[in-house]
Amino acid sequence: MERWLRGWQPFALMVVVLVAAPFAVYPVLLMKALCFALFACAFNLLLGQVGLLSFGHAMFFGVAAYASADLAKEWGLGTVPAIALATLLSAVLGLVVGAIAIRRQGIYFAMITLGLAQMVYFLCLRAESLTGGENGVQAVPRGTLLGAVDLGANLPMYFFVLAVFLASFGVIARATHSPFGEVLRAIREHEPRATSLGYEVNRFKLVAFVLSAALTGLAGATKAFVFQLASLTDAHWQTSGEVVLMTLLGGMGRTYGPIFGAFLIVVLEHYLADFGGWVTVLRGAIFVLCVLAFRQGIAGTAMSFMRRGPGVHQR
Amino acid sequence: MLLLAVAVCAAGCKKEEAGAASAGTAVAAAEKPKSVKIGVLTDMSGLYADLAGPGSVEAAKMAVEDFGGKLGDLPIEVVSADHQNKPDIGSNLARQWMDVDGVDVIVDVPTSSVALAVSELVKQKDKVFLASGPGSTDLTGKACSPNTVHWAYDTYALANGTGKAVVQSGGDTWFFLTADYAFGQALERDTSAVVIASGGKVLGSVKHPLNASDFSSFLLQAQSSKAKIIGLANAGGDIINAVKAAHEFGITKGGQKLAGLLIFITDIHALGLETAQGLNLTTAYYWDRDDQTRAFASRFAPRVKDHKPTMVQGGVYASVLHYLKARQALGVAAGSGAAIVAKMRELPSEDPVFGKGSIRMDGRHLHKMYLYEVKAPAESKAPWDYYKLVREISAEEAFLPLDKSVCPLVKK
Amino acid sequence: MQALFSQLLVGLINGSFYALLSLGLAIIFGLLNVINFAHGALYTCGAFAAWLLLEHAGVGYWPSLVLAPLLVGLLGVAIERSMLRRLYREDPLYGLLLTFGLALITQGAFSLRFGSSGQPYQIPSALQGATDLGFVVLPNYRAWVVLCSVAVCGAVWFQIERTRLGALLRAATENPTLVRAFGVNVPRMITLTYGAGAALAALAGVLAAPIYRVSPLMGADQIIVVFAVVVIGGMGSIFGSIVSGFALGLVEGMTRVVYPEGSDTVVFVLMALVLIFKPAGLFGKAA
Repeated sequence: MERWLRGWQPFALMVVVLVAAPFAVYPVLLMKALCFALFACAFNLLLGQVGLLSFGHAMFFGVAAYASADLAKEWGLGTVPAIALATLLSAVLGLVVGAIAIRRQGIYFAMITLGLAQMVYFLCLRAESLTGGENGVQAVPRGTLLGAVDLGANLPMYFFVLAVFLASFGVIARATHSPFGEVLRAIREHEPRATSLGYEVNRFKLVAFVLSAALTGLAGATKAFVFQLASLTDAHWQTSGEVVLMTLLGGMGRTYGPIFGAFLIVVLEHYLADFGGWVTVLRGAIFVLCVLAFRQGIAGTAMSFMRRGPGVHQR
Repeated sequence: MLLLAVAVCAAGCKKEEAGAASAGTAVAAAEKPKSVKIGVLTDMSGLYADLAGPGSVEAAKMAVEDFGGKLGDLPIEVVSADHQNKPDIGSNLARQWMDVDGVDVIVDVPTSSVALAVSELVKQKDKVFLASGPGSTDLTGKACSPNTVHWAYDTYALANGTGKAVVQSGGDTWFFLTADYAFGQALERDTSAVVIASGGKVLGSVKHPLNASDFSSFLLQAQSSKAKIIGLANAGGDIINAVKAAHEFGITKGGQKLAGLLIFITDIHALGLETAQGLNLTTAYYWDRDDQTRAFASRFAPRVKDHKPTMVQGGVYASVLHYLKARQALGVAAGSGAAIVAKMRELPSEDPVFGKGSIRMDGRHLHKMYLYEVKAPAESKAPWDYYKLVREISAEEAFLPLDKSVCPLVKK
Repeated sequence: MQALFSQLLVGLINGSFYALLSLGLAIIFGLLNVINFAHGALYTCGAFAAWLLLEHAGVGYWPSLVLAPLLVGLLGVAIERSMLRRLYREDPLYGLLLTFGLALITQGAFSLRFGSSGQPYQIPSALQGATDLGFVVLPNYRAWVVLCSVAVCGAVWFQIERTRLGALLRAATENPTLVRAFGVNVPRMITLTYGAGAALAALAGVLAAPIYRVSPLMGADQIIVVFAVVVIGGMGSIFGSIVSGFALGLVEGMTRVVYPEGSDTVVFVLMALVLIFKPAGLFGKAA
């Protein structure tokens, strides 16, 4: 089953579904789901492969969103160059943060990333000329795809976002199913053993962190163009929590898990938007349920179910 | 794996019910609309919920009822949503409403940062935005739009009303406590300009986050500036907290006075006359002004926990009514939002809330403003009997003159 | 000069809350090895408990100071017994995620029921008014907050560091099996510890109610600063978290005078610096 997942069939199936979807479902909702799916996959790279739970990934998401919004709106850069530069900026931020945070593990790592993310949040709040403070950066032009395709309409924008998502997913999948990924998993399993085998553990962790940060930035930068807005919510710790939730729900360490988690959460929140307060409660309830009874997430549970076959239910 | 794929498709089809109508095709501008939908986008549970919120929804419903409930043979629907004072939530809701749910006009939107985002979106989609909640003059200034009408009040009117009055009565050195978003910044900017133009000085300012919980450190800075007047460039729950904290720290006893630049009757109600007496405020609507305003208030109050309407809620009523009248004059088809607003400009407006008024080229609705002072507890004879009139301000004086406007739509 | 003193005073008041909250966090982390993300929510619960007791039962401030922590402490015991206990064998990150989820549920539930803008809570009449200290007018209630906080922190520290019960607690942190072999009911101790931590958070909530307004979001942003305080002080150190809490309040106050824009971030900058140069925290044991 795992080998089948690594093959091209599930990927092709996903592509088909996602290509057909905007004709039946509101494209902006789908684009939101795709951006968050990318965010979750990038996050999962760090959590699932290396075993590091970062509680501050929103800082990369937010900073990239602000950067691409500013570059497009104030500096007149095209959509694609703006996104590319913002992703680069995220990677650099990831390098700085990673260098500080990698020194510790487990809970300490989570706390450090949370604290640093909160610092970035307040910097975003204060740097009004760049971020607009509470107003955010508004009226970001959708722009064109390298001058050729107008991204103002929802459908062309959707396919652009889809392309970005699929390409990034490919990068993540490639990194995961590679010798590099094997080392990461070895580090997660037993770090001292990996060290004794001669691997420079910290360097690998840092590379994974930077990659995760960069792709998170890509998601944030793209999202800024979808909604034509970059706001403080993007850098808030609740967004960090949200991506943890999506990954946990979808299945940590699973290739497709975070995608399910992201889509499910985005759709759920969309339908519950009328009942504002319930969304928070539901998020919390899903967290609690997943941690207590559903640690493998959707993808994990589905996998073990399929492995054991129907009719046999084991815990 | 097939099971998973089926599950995904099933989930996708479930989402379809909202999307089926639009089905990814262009906005149904040419098709015959099935109803007239009015979207009240407001703060339902946060710091502006009392001055707008559910009251605004009721005001919109009242306007629809007074209009007759139908436009031609189209029913009129009122929908509402909570933007939680966040631009991303507000703009997503607005976008969804216009793309998928067939909402033709968005009203209210307290919180200027959300309003600016919504105004931009409405312009893109060519619908109509009737803004009675926000205050930033940018809505009719650099961010003006042919699809937006700014009702009720703006920061220039407040600065001109309250600011000028306070300076003229001796408060010539100011320190601002400003809510750090579009509205607060605009209010500080406009009031500073009035203070300086009237011969006063601005000694400094400090910005606080929206919905701050503790004002002690900001107020202490205001205190150490030794300015005669501490200008509160915030609103709703923020101003209530700031006034309370100022009393707690003895700031007013120390000789400095507070100038609340945007206060609503719901805030006075929450503060109590003991704390609020003597405050100057500028408003477009006070329920006890004349027979018409009293009649409107007595219809409104039972629907909203016996609260009297604020100018924001009154503005929702007036703007919706005028919109419907304009659309009726144009004929029933939805058509272009800009065209409807042009018609709204053509027709003079009249309603029990603002009396007679008109809309300018930059989208500014013109009407009289009023400067009031909050009564002392002894002077008040009934609940909500809070204000005494200081003076009337004509529309020409209250709002930014057109020749000073930076709106690109205004031809000089 | 006056500005500095008055801001330092405000900072000290804020520091009292940081100290109380980080004390509870440090205790829970020390014994349970759980980062209690729900601490902010328990703080909010304490404030709401006080408010509800007043609104619906007419119970005033002074009884609430005892009742609210008691009630929330019981809630903490229930949480530990029913949910946290199952996760001790798992990766400690799950404990963090569980408490995070609980925090969200609490925040959302209170928002739904009471709206997000907050309820007023009156300062008790005995503590109203202010004292003119010359350089600043100090509201009496805020002085009480500082005194109460110092007293409680001191009492708890004494209990843990200097009494037999505290010694048992500290021993159980290092070697639960051995302590169990001595006949001590370790699981019960753990449960009560969590309850005590929750009660401390709730006490901070009751103290905060008249100052900060009782709102569903009051714990949410406060808690992250408190995390940073605990990291700076040293994750398991009781003394470290108390001292860091007060110290950080003062540092924040000073920053407000010197460089107001940096007052939100100074805590995190310090945290980053501590982590680079002394990862175990200022008072923590080397990892």
